[in-house]
Amino acid sequence: MRNLVCIFVMAFVSFLIRVVPLTLIRKKIRSRFIRSVLYYVPYVTLAVMTFPAIVEATASPVAGAVALIAGVVAAWCGAGLFPVSCICCAVVFVLELFLV
Amino acid sequence: MTERKRKAFRAGLRDGVPIGLGYLAASFGLGIAARNAGLLPLESMLASMLNNASAGEYVGFTLIAAKATLIEIALMTFVANARYLLMSCAWSQRMAPDLPLRHRLLMGFFITDEFFATAIAQPGDLEPMYTYGEICVASPLWALGTLLGCIAGNLLPDRAVSAFSVALFGMFLATIIPAARKSRIIAGLVAVCFAASWAASALPLFAGISTGTRTIVLTVVIACAAALLFPIKDEEGEADA
Repeated sequence: MRNLVCIFVMAFVSFLIRVVPLTLIRKKIRSRFIRSVLYYVPYVTLAVMTFPAIVEATASPVAGAVALIAGVVAAWCGAGLFPVSCICCAVVFVLELFLV
Repeated sequence: MTERKRKAFRAGLRDGVPIGLGYLAASFGLGIAARNAGLLPLESMLASMLNNASAGEYVGFTLIAAKATLIEIALMTFVANARYLLMSCAWSQRMAPDLPLRHRLLMGFFITDEFFATAIAQPGDLEPMYTYGEICVASPLWALGTLLGCIAGNLLPDRAVSAFSVALFGMFLATIIPAARKSRIIAGLVAVCFAASWAASALPLFAGISTGTRTIVLTVVIACAAALLFPIKDEEGEADA
C-alpha cells in the first residue's frame, strides 16, 4: 500500500512538471532572450546527456567512445534515428567481442 | 484523419521502434532496481506507466527502499525530472497556438528525452499524431521492460545489455548532429557541452552532485550564455528550431 502511495506521488509531481508549461504558455513568447534560450535548450541538454554518459554506459569505455564517433559521423552523413542507433549498438557489440 | 496526420502517425510508429528497443533494454535495468527496492512486479510496471522517466523512477525506487518521506520523494522527483520542465517550455513554443488542451495534456504526460528530441527534429509546428505514433510503439515496451526486469532479473546477457545501452545516445546524436552541420554556432555549442559535461563529471568539486541536477545546471547555464552571445534572428526558433 505504501509503495502505491509513493508511486502516485512520483506520478503526480512528474505530471505537473511536464504539463504546466505546455498548458499555460499559449502564446509565442516575445522576449528575444527567452526565445533564444528555448531554441538552444534541446541541443544543449541532449549534448550534455550524451557525453560522457555514452562512455560510461558500456562495459568497455573504448567501445562507447568509438560508438560516439561512429554515431557522429553517421549522423553527419545524413543517417536517420534508427540507422544511427543501430550503428552505435553494432559498434559496441562487435568491439566488446574483442575488448571484454 | 487527414492524410497529413496519417502520414505523421506512420512516421511516429516507425521512429518509435528504435526508441522502444532502447526503452526495453533501459527499463529492464530499472525493473531490477525496483525489485531491489522491494516493489512487486505489477507495482514496478504501474510506476513506469505513470512516470515514463528513467532517472526520476530510479531515484524514486531508491527512496522507497530507504523508507523516505513522501515530501522527500516529491522533492527528488522534481529535481530528477526538472529538465522536462524546460522541454515542456520548448515544446510550447513549437505548438500551434490553437492546439486543444487535450493534446497538450496528453503530449505533456509523455514528454521524455526521446519523444522530445524526435518531435523537435520534425519541421514546422509539432504534430501530435507523430508523437502518438511513437508512444503507441515505445511506451508499452517501457512498461513491459520494467515488468520483465522486476520478474526475471538478469536473464539478458551482459553483452546485449551493454550494446543496447547506447541506442538512446545514438538517437540523441541523430538529433543534434544534423543541426550542428547546418549551424556553426550549434556545432560549437555541442563541443562546449561535451567538454563542460565531462568536466562536471570528472572534477571532484562537482562529484557529489547527481546526474539529473548536473544536467539541469549545465543546460540552464550554457543555454543562457549561448542566448546572450548569439541571440536568434526573428524567424529562427519558430521555423526550424
